[in-house]
Amino acid sequence: MTRLGKLDPVTLLALPAVAYLGLVYGLPLVGLLARSLMVEGTVSLTSYTRFLSDPFSWTVIGNTLRVAAGVTLLCLFIGYPTALALARAKGAAQALILVAIILPLSVGVVVKAFAWQIVLRRDGVISQLLVGLGLWDAPQRLLFTETGLVVGAANVFVPFMILPIYSVLKLVDPRLIEAAATLGASPLYRFFHVALPLSLPGIVTGIAFVFSMATSMYVVPSLLIGDRFQTLATLTGRSFLFMRNEQLGSTTAVVLLILSVAVVVASAALSRRFGGAS
Amino acid sequence: MTLTERIASVLVWVIAAFTVIFLLTPLVVTVAVSFGSSAVFTLPAPAWSLRWYEAMGRSRDLWGAVATSLQLAALSTLIALVLGTLAAIGLLRGRFPGRESVVTFLVSPLMLPGLVLGIAMLEGFRAAGLRAVWPSLLFAHVVITLPYVVRTVYGALSLFDFTLIDAARTLGLSYPKAIAKVLVPGLAPAFVTSGMFAFLASMDNYPISIFFTNAWTKTLPIQMLQYVEESPDPMIAAISTLLILLAMLVLVAGDRLVGLRRMADL
Repeated sequence: MTRLGKLDPVTLLALPAVAYLGLVYGLPLVGLLARSLMVEGTVSLTSYTRFLSDPFSWTVIGNTLRVAAGVTLLCLFIGYPTALALARAKGAAQALILVAIILPLSVGVVVKAFAWQIVLRRDGVISQLLVGLGLWDAPQRLLFTETGLVVGAANVFVPFMILPIYSVLKLVDPRLIEAAATLGASPLYRFFHVALPLSLPGIVTGIAFVFSMATSMYVVPSLLIGDRFQTLATLTGRSFLFMRNEQLGSTTAVVLLILSVAVVVASAALSRRFGGAS
Repeated sequence: MTLTERIASVLVWVIAAFTVIFLLTPLVVTVAVSFGSSAVFTLPAPAWSLRWYEAMGRSRDLWGAVATSLQLAALSTLIALVLGTLAAIGLLRGRFPGRESVVTFLVSPLMLPGLVLGIAMLEGFRAAGLRAVWPSLLFAHVVITLPYVVRTVYGALSLFDFTLIDAARTLGLSYPKAIAKVLVPGLAPAFVTSGMFAFLASMDNYPISIFFTNAWTKTLPIQMLQYVEESPDPMIAAISTLLILLAMLVLVAGDRLVGLRRMADL
């Protein structure tokens, strides 16, 4: 009997989708990896050693990681309290927070990036607000700055931080926190030793989502910071679409791919650990 | 409540309120700009007008792109719903080693950079001799939409009680009828949610589509980004406003059908 013979025939229902993705997506990805290792017909790491020995590449890698880290931190800082508020809110407040998360999630990234171009201008809303509050002496432009990029990107990705944390927080039994209080734990102790560890799997997932999306974003930096500032993703896109340097583009694409896979694998391992602990 | 708790609670609500405003800012600004009369993006606008909506009505490139995007999103979502549901049933009902890794593979396009997928598929399609724009776009967009369906329907199915189908059979329904009366209604919320997010993801996709469009066939995000780069004027805000309206309609429909809280279970 063949191995296939042992399979339940109902499993065959999965075949079309698996075959489809294997051919249209899996095979091309393997091809991309293989081609980046082939230089003039032989297997070699030349394109990687060349890429990694160029100081410009390290600037680009640094830009990518710095911006992604900034976006992730900002999202965590505003996302965690928002998830907490959503888990505690009832009625109209809960509906408002949910709409504020899901509606922007359903609106395209081009629309939002374009809106941030307007908001971050010298005469934009933020500049007017900060001057009005007396925090800035004169109007300033945030568009085409790294700060502007981080703020705009955080706006696009913060729902992906809030939702995983919320999905964990709403399952936490409030009596656990009360029990800790009854047993004499101080509020800070309760937060750091009870509430925070319980929500850790959600935090890990949120950080992984936001970090990997911020690493590979293309439309947001194209519109909010422009060509002078390159990240791995914008460099990959430009190499293919404008510079016609497919060798460089394939190399940066594979570097980007490795980075994303590493984030996904690390976060899966971490959340298994924290999930197992609770 | 102790003082620390009160301060913490106030802080949580202040930050949450800030986040709500922060999240809605781009949408509000877009709508406000679209109804302004000025050609630059001054807010508040000196006077209100519908001139950008008129400009939008006249733009031929735009409506071509809208049609392409809508057709592509509808067709790729439909294909994904069929392939994805079959796959979810097959994977959940069949017991075999490595099932989880097959599920991960089917969901993985969601986790990888779109640009990288676009480049890989561009070169893959070239190698296979596929150059026609429309089929390439459709093949690529099914890769975008399929993971949404697999993820949500697989999740819903793993909570579904399959003995209900046996019960319906015992009560005299034929197998196809039992599926239609018991399984399909049970999965309906998953179809609605995943179909919505798959449709919107296809409508919004830039980093994959960019490799398959040409001067004659463009999808809406690509046409819009081109406007933003070449001639930024509030007409883009008018288009964006219509897209926000579309998202709102989709959400109202989704809320009626499955409820907002369920849709938040990403």
